Amino acid sequence: MSTTTYREAMRQAIREALISDDRVFLMGEDVGHYGGCYAVSLGLLEEFGAERIRDTPLSESGFVGAGIGAALGGMRPIVEIMTVNFSLLALDQIVNSAATMLYMSGGQFNVPLVIRMTTGAGRQLAAQHSHSLEGWYAHVPGLRVLAPATLEDARGMLGPALEDPDPVLIFEHGGLYNVEGELADDAGPVDITTAAVRRPGTDVTIVAYGGTLRTALTAAEHLAADGVDAEVVDLRCLRPLDTATFVASVARTHRAVIVDEGWRTGSLSAEVSARIVEEVFYDLDAPVSRVCSVEVPMPYAKHLEDEALPQVADVVDAVRRLGA
Amino acid sequence: MTKDLPEPDTGAQFTRACAENDHKVHLLRQMVRIRRFEERCVELYSRSAIRGFLHLGIGEEACAVGVLEALLPEDAVVATYREHGHVLARGVSMRATMAELEGKVEGCSRGRGGSMHLFDAATRFYGGNAIVGGGLPLAVGLALADHLQGRPRVTACFFGDGAVAEGEFHESMNLAALWHLPVLFCCENNLYAMGTALELTESETDLSLKASSYRMPSWEVDGMDVIAVEDAARHAAEVVRTGGGPHFLELRTYRFRAHSMYDSDRYRDKAEIEGWKSRDPIPALVERLRASGVLADGDLERLEAEVDAEVDDAVAFAEAGTDEAVEDLERFVTSEPVQRLASP
Repeated sequence: MSTTTYREAMRQAIREALISDDRVFLMGEDVGHYGGCYAVSLGLLEEFGAERIRDTPLSESGFVGAGIGAALGGMRPIVEIMTVNFSLLALDQIVNSAATMLYMSGGQFNVPLVIRMTTGAGRQLAAQHSHSLEGWYAHVPGLRVLAPATLEDARGMLGPALEDPDPVLIFEHGGLYNVEGELADDAGPVDITTAAVRRPGTDVTIVAYGGTLRTALTAAEHLAADGVDAEVVDLRCLRPLDTATFVASVARTHRAVIVDEGWRTGSLSAEVSARIVEEVFYDLDAPVSRVCSVEVPMPYAKHLEDEALPQVADVVDAVRRLGA
Repeated sequence: MTKDLPEPDTGAQFTRACAENDHKVHLLRQMVRIRRFEERCVELYSRSAIRGFLHLGIGEEACAVGVLEALLPEDAVVATYREHGHVLARGVSMRATMAELEGKVEGCSRGRGGSMHLFDAATRFYGGNAIVGGGLPLAVGLALADHLQGRPRVTACFFGDGAVAEGEFHESMNLAALWHLPVLFCCENNLYAMGTALELTESETDLSLKASSYRMPSWEVDGMDVIAVEDAARHAAEVVRTGGGPHFLELRTYRFRAHSMYDSDRYRDKAEIEGWKSRDPIPALVERLRASGVLADGDLERLEAEVDAEVDDAVAFAEAGTDEAVEDLERFVTSEPVQRLASP
């Protein structure tokens, strides 16, 4: 085991992919000379050169589309978009091309592309750099959407994502890059199809993903101190959702709280809630509850941003209201 | 003539001239195939065998035929939703194309795409893109893959004048020029972005000048003259293939029919349409070939009869085609395990 960070784990995953497969290259804004806007790719330009660590102009649609084309042409591109908010400039390419190409072509052209981007709030970056729009992408057939929340997943999801013959979006919560922890020296590929029970428990299921996993785990510790044993499920793969794992958990605990940094209306939390109700309604001892971001564009001021985001206390309160 | 020089090899010259003449007849045949195919599409549309949007390229055949004649089998093609001509000129069978328009599983996209989304892996035909400008970044990426893998290939990217107003046009022109990628940008300028004239949408209507602003060599070509288009495309493709960076062809053309079957064509002047029809690329080439004795009496009639038979056969094939099983509705949303082996 070694102490590392989420950022370093992600960088090692990219390095390993570049070393093991000549077809892999990284492109995006400031990934090369600058070292990555969140320093994920720091040092990779020096190690792999400018052909494979490719700085792009500020042309999200252009370079994401070029990633699709390069994937069609036999490469395995990793495209980095600075933040999910900027990915909206590439929405056409992601939704109208990457996600549809295989289907429109009757199965002829798959798009083995990986797109990484930062998501989420908590760093006072206000309303154009802080939103959690991964739920929008999770709406779209043809995409696989991943949310690594742990060091193991930061290290291990990229490899399998590159092996996936179809487009994969990886959402890295900006608040996680500096998170430090222990990682096995031989940490490698992880499964990218299932949710994971991060903390077993018997009284309530807290479903979370990405940046909200730590919130959920911290809330579970607080609850444990009061004798409430919460199970925490990390969705990990936002599309396709591993319904079986969270539904089985709720069937055991009979209560569910979903924590989602996205806005409540039409959110991923709404989808999870609906599936619980569809599949284990008669196992529920209380209505499904959700803790989401307040429906405002993210404010800059610290106290307002905190108020807008799901906090540990909000999760604890939600659990208590269910009578757990 | 001095004695030192060999006698002219009239045999070789004759052979070459014959080959050139045959090629011109081939160009004519390709344009007639596209024209007759699309005319039949209109009939099929009016009796509901073809539905959805149907965009015809009647009048623009010389652009598709001329450029695609200049490509090699290993090259790639990215086209728009007005791409019947391109797919046929690229060598996809008329049967598979017509079956696609009729939504049959024998179609080149299994009936999943229809008129706007014709695809063919065998000829590296990457659609059939119905988002104006959406194909340009894809073409840049295909060319990037060739660049990174050291393959001397060309990616031909077709788009209309309407795409020039899209951000993706500018992003792609910049990327291709910046990275010196082997893309042949082929702008089919038919003067209208759907129903809005170029001068109502562009502050600068000289599209080649726009391309030049990205330091990209660009030519204006008479898109109603298939031989001129082919000459320009051959020259440009050769430079692109041999490391000369991206090139831009502005093919000046005109669609004789409305934008789609839903369009009542209120925005174009009848005299303007008639003026362009007088430059129809098919009769123009027929006239040239007759004047130079390449087409003899009866040749055109024979060619037309052969094309008619091919169209009849394609329609019969499409109508005898099968509907995809509804159980397969969700196939190909993601790749199937066997496909993983076939990925490039």
